[in-house]
Amino acid sequence: MFLARILRTTALVTAVATLTSGAALAQKTYDTGATDTEIKIGNIMPYSGPASAYGIIGKTEEAYFKMINDKGGINGRKVSFVSYDDGYSPPKAVEQVRKLVESDEVLAVFNPLGTPSNSAIQKYLNAKKIPQLFVATGATKWNDAKNFPWTMGWQPSYQSEAQIYAKWLLKEKPDAKVAILYQNDDFGKDYLKGTKDGFGAKASSMIIMEESYEVSEPSIDGHIVKIKAANPDVLLIYTTPKFGAQTIKKTAELSWKPLQIITNVSASVGSVMKPAGLEASQGVLSAAYAKDGADPRWNDDPGMKKWAEFLDKYVPGADKTDSSVVYGYGAAQTLAKALEQCGDNLTRANLMKQAASLKDFTPDTLLPGIKINTGPSDFAPISQLQMQRFKGEKWEQFGEILSGDVAPE
Amino acid sequence: MELFTNQVLAGIATGAIYACMALAVVMIYQAIDHLNFAQGEMAMFSTFISWQLMQWGIPYWAAFILTLALSFIAGIAIERILFKPLAKAPILTNVAGFIALFAIINSSAGLIWDFTIKQYPTPFGSAPFLGSQLISTHQAGMIGVTVLLLLGLYFFFQYTRIGLAMRAAASVPESARLVGINTSWMIALGWGMATAIGAIAGMLIAPVVFLEPNMMGGVLIYGFAAAVLGGLTSPFGAVVGGFLVGVFENLAGTYIPGVGNELKLPIALALIISVLVVKPAGLFGRHIVKRV
Amino acid sequence: MSAVEEVVTEAPAVEAVPKRAMTLGTGTSLLVLAALIIMPIFVKNFIIFQMTMLLIYGLAVLALNILTGGSGQFSLGQSAFYAVGAYTTAVLMEHFEVNYALTLPIAGIVCFGFGFLFGQPALRLSGVYLALATFALATAMPQLLKLNFLEHWTGGVQGLVVTKPDAPFGLKMSQDMWLYYFSLVVVIGIYLLAVNLLRSRSGRAFMAIRDNEIAASAMGVDVALYKTLAFGVSAAITGIAGSLGAIAVQFVAPDSYTITLAVSLFLGMVVGGVGWLPGSIVGAAFIIFVPNIAEGISKGLSGAVFGVLLFLVIYLVPHGARQVAILGQQLAGKLRKN
Repeated sequence: MFLARILRTTALVTAVATLTSGAALAQKTYDTGATDTEIKIGNIMPYSGPASAYGIIGKTEEAYFKMINDKGGINGRKVSFVSYDDGYSPPKAVEQVRKLVESDEVLAVFNPLGTPSNSAIQKYLNAKKIPQLFVATGATKWNDAKNFPWTMGWQPSYQSEAQIYAKWLLKEKPDAKVAILYQNDDFGKDYLKGTKDGFGAKASSMIIMEESYEVSEPSIDGHIVKIKAANPDVLLIYTTPKFGAQTIKKTAELSWKPLQIITNVSASVGSVMKPAGLEASQGVLSAAYAKDGADPRWNDDPGMKKWAEFLDKYVPGADKTDSSVVYGYGAAQTLAKALEQCGDNLTRANLMKQAASLKDFTPDTLLPGIKINTGPSDFAPISQLQMQRFKGEKWEQFGEILSGDVAPE
Repeated sequence: MELFTNQVLAGIATGAIYACMALAVVMIYQAIDHLNFAQGEMAMFSTFISWQLMQWGIPYWAAFILTLALSFIAGIAIERILFKPLAKAPILTNVAGFIALFAIINSSAGLIWDFTIKQYPTPFGSAPFLGSQLISTHQAGMIGVTVLLLLGLYFFFQYTRIGLAMRAAASVPESARLVGINTSWMIALGWGMATAIGAIAGMLIAPVVFLEPNMMGGVLIYGFAAAVLGGLTSPFGAVVGGFLVGVFENLAGTYIPGVGNELKLPIALALIISVLVVKPAGLFGRHIVKRV
Repeated sequence: MSAVEEVVTEAPAVEAVPKRAMTLGTGTSLLVLAALIIMPIFVKNFIIFQMTMLLIYGLAVLALNILTGGSGQFSLGQSAFYAVGAYTTAVLMEHFEVNYALTLPIAGIVCFGFGFLFGQPALRLSGVYLALATFALATAMPQLLKLNFLEHWTGGVQGLVVTKPDAPFGLKMSQDMWLYYFSLVVVIGIYLLAVNLLRSRSGRAFMAIRDNEIAASAMGVDVALYKTLAFGVSAAITGIAGSLGAIAVQFVAPDSYTITLAVSLFLGMVVGGVGWLPGSIVGAAFIIFVPNIAEGISKGLSGAVFGVLLFLVIYLVPHGARQVAILGQQLAGKLRKN
């Protein structure tokens, strides 16, 4: 079934490509990092340091390409996945990416994690014309094909997600008094900006409080107490998982029941909602683009079955409730798709071109109805989300699929 | 006014976390005359062990006691195996050793139990305490345990032979050796006790901040700050320091306009430094006169 | 718990290193210099970049060495000075279009002032208390850089991208190679200045304070002045290292200058040998390359491997690279006699 689809798409792509680029495809063209037998892909991840929780993404991706190789590779070529640790430090990221490019000679740098690290390497990779493909951060600036034609995002941007929440609130609770709790870094500030943009003229009247916290704080209970004193009826939780769980737990302990909306980043059932307490989590809202690995609803879903089989065989012992495992699989599958579309023309330019011509592609792990679409000026692969509400032990999606593309300034 | 009381109460609740950690910091300082940068990670590892024991079906209090015993032994083992050989090395080399230990424990815990946060049970429940929603029964229990621990330590250091010997070994090692104290083993004992107290701190903190390998990073900074503010030689001072830091940090975040919230940690630290400038040994520390 | 006074004879935190033992002999120095000059011609740009970072971190470790090895004051806050230097350069280059070379002395002066001021309250503190105060500075710095009202200049959480300079005078040289030689000149210049400083009257004052503060003040050394001066000089050199770092990495952001950097620099000093200036470069090599080696051994356990390697180093040579150098010297001396 899967193979049939690959064959079909390859055939289709070849047909389309032949039409557009004529005879160019007949001969094999390579850039550094690709040969008849191998495609070399580089990656950097915080395997150590404060963001080491995300290291599992790199491990999942590595395992994914091992699976691809076991199945014969991509168009007959094995993928060699080189991943280095940057410890979430921008100077180290520059060093490691330069090592990937100049010493390991990779074709492209794929899914490097973190806004600071990606900001640090963006200029270098663009100057060298090396794809910085499907970066693992939701900042808006990765969707900027005009100024940075070699950089492309993957997940929905933080700002577009925040706009979706703001617009939903405008429609459903136009008189809400909104408090925002956000992490004082690029991530939290993007959400803050998206929310304000979404509220538009009503931002100043609806947002009654903006409270930030630092990642280094052990507990953010004090902030919650302070927010409660302002008595808002909506609490937007723009936090990373640990603090998201603390917030939900603390509001419940205070017997305070505002309408809570938590970012997609922290919507994991296994690593946020369950630790926070299922009872406390009832009714919390969020938005999603991927399926939750802990949700029994997907037990019979063909995509998630493949995902689970892959995990059992290639990442034994992986925590299926960790959304990073779902994330890494989806991102790796997207890269595999783009590489497959390249056919025998494995130049960096063609890889960018193929990555920018994904049409209605659906990795196994995306929610039904959410599709990846890119174009020459649309470098935001996933830009759809669906609202969801936490009920029982899982998220229940509701409403239509929303699109929230935000153009960078 | 209500906001003020609330923030003070919330500060006391958070301060209990710092106080707990600060006690462990004072304990090790009493034994080795230095701060151990790996202490937070050791506490984290102990907490993971207790969690693992409970996952295997051992009830809370049994796991608690077992973890204390294991931590005590592990602390002694770490001192005997890793740091005794460095006894003659310069102090800064020992500090590098603490940093190495930090890296080893943090990374191993991540590999064994991974980095997703885990729920950690509390024996006290999390209902509102005495009708106040700001302090839960868990936090009240935590304050209670901290006070008990404090009393225990006070009697240990003030009235037991071994406690007195330990203090002597840390502050005047040569004289202590002359009166027949085995200073080397006193240090090991100090490590054991500090690790066990750290384990208690970890197990009390985990229900609030959730269990994960990086859970103690921030706590240790505050624990150091609290211990230094109160005086590194005084368990009582450390606990008071913990509560002061917690309350002050919350008040700074709430009432200093503009940058208060963003900078509450730097403001709290700046205050501690100004206290130190006036009282170099901390609020309750013994003043030490240096001899040429 | 009354305020009983205890009287102790405190062992100095830092060993007394005689000033002549703080440097390398002329022959060895020239050999190292020649290697540093020739090396880039034979290696890839990436290696040149790593060598540049090696020089930069070496300079920062050297600065800490002057403070700790020279004057006996301990700092876990060097990352703060490094950050101030880096941001000074980034802001001047990107907002005011100042030439990169000119930003270095400016960063140095700014950091000197900053360090000198910080040295004032630090005067009253020593040992663990000073460690905590500097540690506080290091944790506060990233938060200060994020402040809203500075965002226009610092780029806030997003940081600033810095343009890498081309080689001047139409030299046919890659940007990396030019920056390497530029850094090399700066580093050698500062190294020579540092060596001379420690051999001067001020240097003797630093060391007197390090070995025994009370005795030093009895001898008429203005302890307060020299202690703050040591902080200022150390901060200025760290700031210049930060400037070079910003140009080499082409990016500054609050996340680049966390406490991890300060801890790394501290480890570099210990591994290189406290008080032995040439050891700074060995220490820098340790903090740049050993994490990479650890990662190569095990990705999941890279932190643990790093810790084990660090333990091995401090067991074998508790006094750092200096111990190796002394052993080497003794060996060479014996050979010469035979």
